[in-house]
Amino acid sequence: MIAGQVVHVGMADLKVVRCPDRLRSVGLGSCVGVALWDPQTKVAGLVHIMLPSAEGFTDPPRAKFADTGVDWLVEMMQQNGARVERLRAKMAGGAQMFAFAGKNDLLKIGPRNVDACRRALAKWGIPMVGEDVGGSTGRTIELHSEDGRLWVRTVRGGLIVL
Amino acid sequence: MQPLGDRHLDALREVGNIGAGHAATSLALLLQRPVRITVPTVQVLDFDHVVDAVGGAEDVVVGTYFRIGGDYPGNLFFIIPACSARAVLRAMWTEGDFGDDLQSEMALSALGEIGNILISAYLISLSDFTHGKVETSVPAVAVDMAQAILEVGMLTADADQCLIVHTGAHIEELDVWCHFLLVPDPDSVLPLLTALGVGGE
Repeated sequence: MIAGQVVHVGMADLKVVRCPDRLRSVGLGSCVGVALWDPQTKVAGLVHIMLPSAEGFTDPPRAKFADTGVDWLVEMMQQNGARVERLRAKMAGGAQMFAFAGKNDLLKIGPRNVDACRRALAKWGIPMVGEDVGGSTGRTIELHSEDGRLWVRTVRGGLIVL
Repeated sequence: MQPLGDRHLDALREVGNIGAGHAATSLALLLQRPVRITVPTVQVLDFDHVVDAVGGAEDVVVGTYFRIGGDYPGNLFFIIPACSARAVLRAMWTEGDFGDDLQSEMALSALGEIGNILISAYLISLSDFTHGKVETSVPAVAVDMAQAILEVGMLTADADQCLIVHTGAHIEELDVWCHFLLVPDPDSVLPLLTALGVGGE
């Protein structure tokens, strides 16, 4: 078995790999990691979303926002040989890290990120086959291009596999 | 964000020095032990490198977060790595035991209160130093991966970078390290520099 390499996907970043490589995003809080996988070509892609919408920004970095980031991820998947009708989505993140958010909307951005990612995927008709979102915990995720598994690790809850 | 010259960096370092200096004085009083602060660093960093100031991205830390309002909107964090937080609690707890569980209500409340006191000291000195208006939010405290906690400070940043003013504090007697991280919004940097007398070229 070829181990493959682990490719880091930073904040507001997007990467696409092929089998046997893996994609990892570390310490997602209110951010959302959207993972796409094509079971036939084993092309895998991950985008690290920070905010729901690029509206109102001039020349926004596309991977930073749910609306533009998911579109770009689908495009990059296609460029690498994946087909939209075969794609399956998983996502994790979108937590509210701090309790007692009060009036601070920044602290409540997580659930809005999740909704925006869901809408962006629905627009493409891509089915959501696994998710671990919300709550109040940070997550590190790893997408395996070999079989589309998404590992989600938290400080308190250990590891779950989507 | 405008490019920063040496004079700008010096002025921002002084903010970190005075702010964390006042906070360290409060911490020393609270723990009855000397606290030393590091020379502040001022850097413009990619999002993924901000966390390097306080340790690894997945290191468990206690983070107290304030959203700053007023003349220089931005974010301020007080970060203690988990092992240091336990040492601080042990030093404060004269009776009973918090059971080493940082998530317990008592531990969180105590750590939140410490963060609140220290961040208030930092912000009061920022306000005095700049003669500006500095409004604070309710403090928010969380125990989790450092990256997941600091993330909120980057949501108001430019495209994919932010400016941070980092000051470390060390309590040698307890082998405790903690960190102050000031992350001004991009639009606050110029007003802040102007208030510090280095707004021009």
